[in-house]
Amino acid sequence: MAVDTQTVEKLAELARIAISAETIDEVSNRLGDVLQLVDQLQAVHTEGVAPMAHPLDEVQVLRADEVTEPNRREEFLALAPQSEAGLYLVPKVID
Amino acid sequence: MHQLTIAEIIRGLRDKQFSSAEITRHLLDRIQQLDGHYNSFITVTEEQALEQAAAADRRLAAGEAPALCGVPIAHKDLFCTRGVRTSCGSKMLDNFAPPYDATVVEKLNAAGSVTLGKTNMDEFAMGSSNETSYYGPVKNPWNVDCVPGGSSGGSAAAVAAQLVPGATATDTGGSIRQPAALTNTTGLKPTYGRVSRWGMIAFASSLDQGGPIARNAEDCAYLLSAMAGHDGKDSTSLNRPAEDYTRSLNDSIADLKIGVPKEYFGEGLNADVAARVETALKAFEALGAKLVEISLPHTDLAVPAYYVIAPAEASANLSRFDGVRYGYRCADPKDLRDLYMRSRGEGFGEEVQRRILVGTYALSAGYYDAYYNKAQQVRRLIKQDFVQAFEKVDVIMGPTSPNPAFAIGAKKADPVAMYLEDIYTIAANLAGLPAMSLPCGLVNNLPVGLQIIGNYLCEARMLNIAHQYQQVTDWHTASAFSIETAGGAGE
Repeated sequence: MAVDTQTVEKLAELARIAISAETIDEVSNRLGDVLQLVDQLQAVHTEGVAPMAHPLDEVQVLRADEVTEPNRREEFLALAPQSEAGLYLVPKVID
Repeated sequence: MHQLTIAEIIRGLRDKQFSSAEITRHLLDRIQQLDGHYNSFITVTEEQALEQAAAADRRLAAGEAPALCGVPIAHKDLFCTRGVRTSCGSKMLDNFAPPYDATVVEKLNAAGSVTLGKTNMDEFAMGSSNETSYYGPVKNPWNVDCVPGGSSGGSAAAVAAQLVPGATATDTGGSIRQPAALTNTTGLKPTYGRVSRWGMIAFASSLDQGGPIARNAEDCAYLLSAMAGHDGKDSTSLNRPAEDYTRSLNDSIADLKIGVPKEYFGEGLNADVAARVETALKAFEALGAKLVEISLPHTDLAVPAYYVIAPAEASANLSRFDGVRYGYRCADPKDLRDLYMRSRGEGFGEEVQRRILVGTYALSAGYYDAYYNKAQQVRRLIKQDFVQAFEKVDVIMGPTSPNPAFAIGAKKADPVAMYLEDIYTIAANLAGLPAMSLPCGLVNNLPVGLQIIGNYLCEARMLNIAHQYQQVTDWHTASAFSIETAGGAGE
């Protein structure tokens, strides 16, 4: 199954990954190979089969609504490429 | 000293034959001298290791040593280690030193182990050859022109090169078992949920599972006993009592019924690999086990289902790498969109980008039912194959990987060919079953792995079965250095 470059551009936009013009044909071809592989699933009869999420069908457990983690804001902010006055810095979003 | 197993190190430390400081120093020196050949470590934590070793020696002297007190190990570089770079094999996290320890790291620290460093891996654990690492490929100690398998190739190669007796690893589609098979080590992927995923950088959350790689089943049992257990911080963690996985190593396996799936011995399996696996099955017969031919009819669908589910979950998990809160940020972003696009375009490697795009496709409007939902249905069919098989047999055995280690570069340009190397390992992840690989022979001086797939929560029994095999065979003691000494690596 071939994937056209327009589709790849749309996926790249959705995934927020910049793909260079030089590599886009190669990316399209390889994606096509992978989609061809997974398209084998389409032939399988799965009517009435419940999709499987957890192998042992465990469900999310709830915990008491209590504070367990200390505030470590400074440590976390120290990992950011840019921060200032307790905030993450990004390029200007609003004019 | 580097040839000792974990069980031997525990005994040696308690009998005061050597100290933790001595063996730690010895292995650190060995890493420094030899790892240039293998590239199995991304970070070596020498100072911290020596401090941990000194603390372990004090506890040993005081007679208050926990289970793994003073035993040197290494962690795959996707387990968060407080203050120590945790790169996940990616440029994206080259500068990331987490503010906390993963539960697995915390537990192994509490058990007294000494961390020598962080091992190399495929980027974000996506790969079967360790060639996608930002830090360069890992070389197989059995033949440095070959891959060690992946994605836990660094952990497997470090154990095979006798740089460390055991290491943590993770397995999403075979990433513990396949590198164990290709490097003559023993590796165990536990039942999904046995080992906490908290602080283990996520690839595909419904498949990822941590486990040990070591020289033999007994050592894996020691490591798993420290690693496993319920963790309230991981919502998918199984709430089952802690176990001593060494407790039944010496039980008899005389009444064992082994299922041999005919689909695992068909087209695509290297004939020499098949022969080694069949010889191993005969050894089990000699131990009193019975072989039963079984069928797992949906085997061929495991790889396609996996390459929908794993990329879909990866595309969601990896959306957190945004160039804002931590990790790589591109230079001079002109606006927020540009910051996201270029940080992710420059920070992620080719295979990671490919999987994010496949996952984005599978989850995008109009395709969700046809891909993700369909794959989750097929996943249940695969699980049901196993459920039916385990009504008749105790464990399932077959090859871990269809081929021995392949040459570095051989499959790099063809992702689908690479994906098919995991054809026998992926189904256990989809079904959430425990599975392991152990050495069962050599083909042209390259190791072959026997895979054991067990029923849910049967890790102790599987380790017992593997241990009994290792009592009557010596493939697991074969060393890369007794055959070929790459760079004089023997001593």
